[in-house]
Amino acid sequence: MSTATIDVHEAPAGSHVNYLNAKYGVKSWLLTTDHKRIALLYLVSITLMFFVGGFFAVLMRLHLIEPQGALVQPETYNKLFTMHGVIMVFFFLVPSIPATLGNFLVPMMIGARDLAFPRLNLLSWYIYVIGACFTLYAVISGGVDTGWTFYTPYSSSFSHTSVIPTALGVFITGFSSILTGLNFVVTIHKMRAPGLTWFRLPLFIWAIYATSIIFILGTPVIAITLFLLGLERLLHIGIFDPAIGGDPILFQHLFWFYSHPAVYIMILPGMGVMSELVTCFSRKKIFGYSFVAFSSLSIAIISFLVWGHHMFVTGQSIYAGLIFSVLSFMVAIPSAVKVFNWTATLYKGSISYDAPMLYALGFIGLFTMGGLTGLFLASLATDVHLNGTYFIVAHFHYIMVGGAVMAYLGGIHFWWPKITGRLYPDGWARFAALVIFVGFNLTFFPQFMLGYLGMPRRFAVYPAEFQVLNVMSSAGASILGIGYLIPLIYLTWSMRYGPAAGPNPWGAKGLEWTTPSPPPTENFEEIPVVTEDAYDYAHSTVTRG
Amino acid sequence: MTVHSAHPPGFAHQFEDMQQQREAGSLGMWVFLLTEIMFFGGLFAGYIIYRALYLPAFEIGSHLLEVQFGALNTAVLILSSLTMALAIHSAQVGKRRAQVWFLITTMILGAAFLAIKFTFEWHHDYVEHLVPGFGFIIRPEWGAAGQHVPMFFCFYFFMTGLHAIHMIIGIGLLTVLTVMAHRGRFAPEYYAPLEVSGLYWHFVDIIWIFLFPLLYLIGGRYIGGGH
Repeated sequence: MSTATIDVHEAPAGSHVNYLNAKYGVKSWLLTTDHKRIALLYLVSITLMFFVGGFFAVLMRLHLIEPQGALVQPETYNKLFTMHGVIMVFFFLVPSIPATLGNFLVPMMIGARDLAFPRLNLLSWYIYVIGACFTLYAVISGGVDTGWTFYTPYSSSFSHTSVIPTALGVFITGFSSILTGLNFVVTIHKMRAPGLTWFRLPLFIWAIYATSIIFILGTPVIAITLFLLGLERLLHIGIFDPAIGGDPILFQHLFWFYSHPAVYIMILPGMGVMSELVTCFSRKKIFGYSFVAFSSLSIAIISFLVWGHHMFVTGQSIYAGLIFSVLSFMVAIPSAVKVFNWTATLYKGSISYDAPMLYALGFIGLFTMGGLTGLFLASLATDVHLNGTYFIVAHFHYIMVGGAVMAYLGGIHFWWPKITGRLYPDGWARFAALVIFVGFNLTFFPQFMLGYLGMPRRFAVYPAEFQVLNVMSSAGASILGIGYLIPLIYLTWSMRYGPAAGPNPWGAKGLEWTTPSPPPTENFEEIPVVTEDAYDYAHSTVTRG
Repeated sequence: MTVHSAHPPGFAHQFEDMQQQREAGSLGMWVFLLTEIMFFGGLFAGYIIYRALYLPAFEIGSHLLEVQFGALNTAVLILSSLTMALAIHSAQVGKRRAQVWFLITTMILGAAFLAIKFTFEWHHDYVEHLVPGFGFIIRPEWGAAGQHVPMFFCFYFFMTGLHAIHMIIGIGLLTVLTVMAHRGRFAPEYYAPLEVSGLYWHFVDIIWIFLFPLLYLIGGRYIGGGH
């Protein structure tokens, strides 16, 4: 037993001055420029949005228990899936890992005192909140029914719902992403600790860096697109509406130029979390570090060249379709490289099944399924059959929920002791991970079958022969919902009653584990000097607390 | 530069030294300009696509613009970039009065650009019923191409409008910088805010350098006579 073990149990949380107890009061939080406090502000706001978005999903699944619809009017159903999509995509998935874990960890992992622009960081949170307020206002003022894709001309000329406030909310929130991405890029370039070369960086940092590139290059395009959409709707001048001279396909091109890379904004940070979890809980160096690092960058780059696969059947030329199909297959390569490398890392590792690792293992399986079904959709011929069915819904939920949300929860569980200085009840955490895995698969696997059988998405009613699978899916959704509530309860409980965590409860490598938990406001008393590669568990003297 | 002495002016706590801070600020602005290029890029892409689709209408639209004011504004903006560069140079060599005057000149030139844009051009367009959404009248002499002329003006107003918003933000920045310069906040060792804002100002200038030929010149008006 090393001295680290003794420290773990003797240092009660809050005994030292840290970022949580350095200052008190609402003002000290709302005006903070500390990246760790801003990460917590984000955590609270996106958790709220997650449960709002989840609430709409629960209503939808309840409605679909009966073929004729059990709960709401068809018009209301249209609003439910739209608001579920808008809130989950723009206000939960996009900011989830970057704005919470990224904000908290980027300076800590690279040995810096803060991000390069702390005030800009706070500003980006306020921009997020303002954007969220506009969108929530749209929800309260009657909702919006265009689908999260805002396709024109329906959104610009025909829909009678709150399109403008929703689009404005998304537009504003985009700037929060841009500023966060900018902050990360500059911080990672300029503020690494002495000795921390690019190829010694944790892979989480590479993933965040790749994500930031998409934030910076993609988000402005959706901003200008929604701006044009708003102007067309307000002034009735033809840009996208063919009746007044516009081109609706141009809207789709511009929309997906951002929104396909945005899919990788949602999954890349999750992949970064995965590399940290898999190495720590198999006590091994990552297999093929540089392959994993460069696969993040190549995903970011290729992601900008595949948007046309959303438009195979909407009027794009067949030759463009061919090219986009090939390019979409190409993006599967770096994704597969990552999965193979995580699996190879597990090989002959000494694996422990703590709660974060359960999420990580779940991720590998679910992401693989989500990714492989993506290839069905990247093939032109099969896509014609599967397009617009529940197969698509199941596919992207396997990536977004089975991948991104699993990784997010795994990351939250992994770094929770660092963030709060407290341990959560391990048994409950493993139980919740299991409930979420079961609930998720029961919800979305039947949707693959429904889609393959031809059930179209976005409809409030369906033929009676699909009822069994729909009821299974709805049952799964209620299990999944409970699975998400359990961590909310025990994590909140642990903030007050959890036992003290000590600086490094997992025996993990990485600079963030070398400071006390919770970390002091300045992160490091002395800026560390790095002399070893990332994940050097073979030569590690650190043991688990 | 190794400035570890107590607190150099303008030093922020999260950095190790002034050089790191200056490099971070400069990289931050370059990255920001990258997002700006993509921001305008969406509009440029839309403009080019629709110009290819509705060429006759876009040529009619381009002919209706007042090219002499566009040219004058181009000159005004290029001059303002020069005075901005001179203001930074004055800070580098530590001339405070020259700094302030060059900044004020830059602001005046920026304001002159906006004044010409709004009073001579936009107002004229409004009087001529060329503002889509505000009483646009399609003239019979435009023929079949006429129905798409409003689209040219949509893009014209979006693009020059977005550019004007950037100019206004730039003038706001310059106001703050002028006050700072007047109070002697900049010295040869510390002038990063000036340098970074200069990058922004030049970028807004360059956007106009692309907008001017795209909107005013390429319509077959001068090259080959065209129509």
